[in-house]
Amino acid sequence: MEKKNFTVSVYTENNIGLLSRIAAIFQKRHINIESITASRSEVNEVMRFTIVVQVTEEQVKKVAGQIEKQIEVIKAFYHTDDEMIYQETALYKINSADFVEDLNIQDFIKESNARIVTVTPKFFVIEKTGKRHETDSLYEKLKPYGLMQFVRSGTIAVTKNEMPISNILEQFDTTN
Amino acid sequence: MEVKTASFEKTASPKATTVSGAEAVIKCLLEEGVDTLYGYPGGAIMPVYDELYKYQKQIHHVLTRHEQGATHAAQGYARVSGKVGVAMATSGPGATNLVTGIADAQIDSTPMVCITGQVGSHLLGSDAFQETDIIGISTPITKWNYQITKAEEIPEILAKAFFIARSGRPGPVLIDITKDAQFASLEFNYKKCSGIRSYKPTPEINLIEVERAAEAINNAKKPMIVFGQGVILGGAEELFKQVVEKSGVPAAWTILGLSAMPTDHPLNVGMVGMHGNYGPNVLTNECDVLIAIGMRFDDRVTGNLEKYAKQAKVIHFEIDPAEINKNVYADIPVLGNVNETLKVLLELLKPNKHEAWHQKFKDHYKIEFDKIIKNDLNAERGKIGMAEVIDEINKCSKGDAVIVSDVGQHQMVACRYSKFNQTRSNVTSGGLGTMGFALPAAIGAKMGAPERDVVAVIGDGGYQMTIQELGTIFQTKVPVKIVVLNNDFLGMVRQWQQLFFEKRYASTEMINPDFITIAKGYHIKAKQVSKREGLKEAVTEMMQSKEAYFLEVKVEQEENVFPMVPTGASVSDIRLE
Ligand SMILES: Cc1ncc(C[n+]2csc(CCOP(=O)(O)OP(=O)(O)O)c2C)c(N)n1
Repeated sequence: MEKKNFTVSVYTENNIGLLSRIAAIFQKRHINIESITASRSEVNEVMRFTIVVQVTEEQVKKVAGQIEKQIEVIKAFYHTDDEMIYQETALYKINSADFVEDLNIQDFIKESNARIVTVTPKFFVIEKTGKRHETDSLYEKLKPYGLMQFVRSGTIAVTKNEMPISNILEQFDTTN
Repeated sequence: MEVKTASFEKTASPKATTVSGAEAVIKCLLEEGVDTLYGYPGGAIMPVYDELYKYQKQIHHVLTRHEQGATHAAQGYARVSGKVGVAMATSGPGATNLVTGIADAQIDSTPMVCITGQVGSHLLGSDAFQETDIIGISTPITKWNYQITKAEEIPEILAKAFFIARSGRPGPVLIDITKDAQFASLEFNYKKCSGIRSYKPTPEINLIEVERAAEAINNAKKPMIVFGQGVILGGAEELFKQVVEKSGVPAAWTILGLSAMPTDHPLNVGMVGMHGNYGPNVLTNECDVLIAIGMRFDDRVTGNLEKYAKQAKVIHFEIDPAEINKNVYADIPVLGNVNETLKVLLELLKPNKHEAWHQKFKDHYKIEFDKIIKNDLNAERGKIGMAEVIDEINKCSKGDAVIVSDVGQHQMVACRYSKFNQTRSNVTSGGLGTMGFALPAAIGAKMGAPERDVVAVIGDGGYQMTIQELGTIFQTKVPVKIVVLNNDFLGMVRQWQQLFFEKRYASTEMINPDFITIAKGYHIKAKQVSKREGLKEAVTEMMQSKEAYFLEVKVEQEENVFPMVPTGASVSDIRLE
C-alpha cells in the first residue's frame, strides 16, 4: 500500500500525560510525526490533537485503534488531505533595512496575501497562513534577503464531514 | 490538575472522616476487597507502610525480596484468583524494579495495580534523591497511570485504578503518590468507580456479526477453533465448552488459553504455535473456517503471516477493537466480551460432529505421538527427560494442580504435557517470556488459591533470576512446590544455537551452585534426583508435602523441544525433528 499524508484527529479528556501516551504509540511503530498540535476543541473541556503522518492507510487505521484504546481518548479519526480543510501558519522575521530598500519584498508580501504583524526600526515580522507549499514559496522568496528567523506551526485542520463528538460523548454517558 | 470522572461528580457521602493520604490508600485497598499485597518499603512510601502496621489484621503485606518479585507475585495471585493483584514499592529504584512485571502484565492482560511512592511534589523534576519519572517510564507498558500530588485525589484515583485494571481487557495500572500527598489529610469517603467518560471497556455486541459467524460455522466442513486467555478473562469457560460440544468443532489453545478447557476433553486437540502440537498447526492451513476466540494472533502462534490460514474464512471473537485485523484479517469480527457473544452464538449453532475432519487431528496426533511424545514420556536415554517429570506431577495431581512455569524449554514441555481439569490452572509468562517469573508468581498463585496445589516448574537459568524469593517463601511459610529442571544450560537458547547457529554454544552453559544447600539455607525441604528410578518417589514426596518443597531434577542436558515452527516458517512447515 502506498504512503500518503494522513491527519489524525484525536479528541480527548484534558489530562496531563496524554501527549506522551499518544506520541509513544507512533514512536513504538517507528512512525515519524510530521506535525502535531493540541488545542481546545468545539466541545467544552475536550481537547483535540491534530497529528500529521505519512503512512499507509493500513498503518493509520491500526494506529488510530491503538490511540482509541487509551483510557482518556474519546475518539480518534483519520483523514486524507482531500477530506480536510487544513492550514499552517508561518512567521518570518526580516531586517527592516532590507524591507525598506527592496521593493521586491513588498511585492512578494502583497502577492502572497501575507500580513505584517509587527514593525520596529530593526525588523519586520510577517505572517502567512496557508498550505505548506504556500508558506514554503514565500520562504524561498524571502530567503535571499537573509531571513533573521523563520518558524512554522503544525497543521491544523477541520474535516469536510462531521465529527460527531458530542453524540459520541452522550453515548459514553448513557452506556456506562 | 483536574480529574474528570463522570461517575464521581455526584459523590457526597455524609460520613466522611479525616485521615492522612497514607491511611486513605489503605482504606481504598480495603474498599476494593484487597486482602493481600506484595511490596517492598523505602523512604518515599514509608507513610503508607506505617499505616499498614496499623491494619496488619485486615491486609496481609508480603515482603518480597525484590520489587520484581512483588509484581510477579501479584500477577500469579491475579491469574489464579481472577482478582486484581496489588504491588507496592518506593520511588526511584523501587519503582524501576517493577517495570518487568508491569510489562509482563500488560502483554498478558493481567489485572494489577501498582502503587509507588514519589518524592515530595516540590521536588518533582529536580533530580531529587530517588526520583525517577516512573510515569514516563511506565507509560508504554500500563493500561493507565497517574501521579497523585494531592491527598484529596487518592480515593477517586484509586477507585479509577481498580476499575480500569479489571474491566474490559484487563491490564496493569500504576499510581505514583508524592510523599506530601501521603502526609496531608483529607476527608475520606469512597465510592467505587463504575464508569469513566471516554472509556468503553466492552464494545457493544453487533448481532448481525454473531449471526454471520454462526452461519459460517454451521456451513463449515472443516472448522477449527483457536482459543486464548479471553475465554478465561471473560469467565466464559462453561459457555465455551458448550459451544465446542454443540458445534463439534475441534478446539486448539494458545499458551494462555491452556486450562480454559479440560486437557482431556475429546474435542481439545492441543496447542498451536511455535512448540505447539503437530495437528492443530498443520491443519490451521487446511481448515475452511478458523474461529479465533479471545486470542490475539501473536507471532509465536502464527509463524509467517503470509502463509497463515490463507485458505480459511477467519472469525475473530475479541473484546479489544484494536486487535481486529491487527495481524490477521478477520472476515467476520465479533466484538464483545466472549461471555456475551458466545451466549448468542450458542443459540444459533446447529449441532454437528465433524467426525471425518476430527479424525484428521487424531491422525496427526498419531504421527506426533510416534515421533515425539512416546519418546518424551518413556525415554530410554540415560538421563531423565523434562516430560517425564511433568508426567509424574500429573499422576500425583490428577490434573488438579496449578502449574506455574518459567520461560524456556521446560515451559514448553510443561505446557505441552500438563493435564488440567480446572480453569485458571496454567500460569506462565506468555507474551513477554520473562525468565524469573515463576518462583514469585507461584507464591502469589498459592496465596490466591490456598486450597490448591501449586507447583512451579523452572529452569536452572530462570530460577537464579529471582532465587532470592526463597526468602519470601521461608518467611511466609507459603507451601509452594518448586521443581527445577536442571540441564546446566540455558536450554532454549542452546537449542536454537544447535539448530540455527551450528552448535556454537555462546554463553549458554551454566555452572550451577548447589541448589539443595541454597534451599536448605532458607530452611526449605529439598531433594535432588538424577536417576529415573528415584523420580516417582521424589515427585510423590514433594506433592504430598504440607510445606514448601524444593526438588531439583537433573535432566538430559541437550534435549530439544519438538515439534517446532522455526521463526519465519509457516505453521504447516512444523518440524518434528
Ligand atoms: C529475562 C530474560 N532474559 C533472557 C531471556 C531469553 N531466554 C529465553 S529462554 C532462555 C533459556 C532459559 O534457560 P533455563 O531457565 O535454564 O530453562 P531451559 O530452557 O533450560 O528449560 C533464555 C536465556 C528471557 N526469556 N528472559
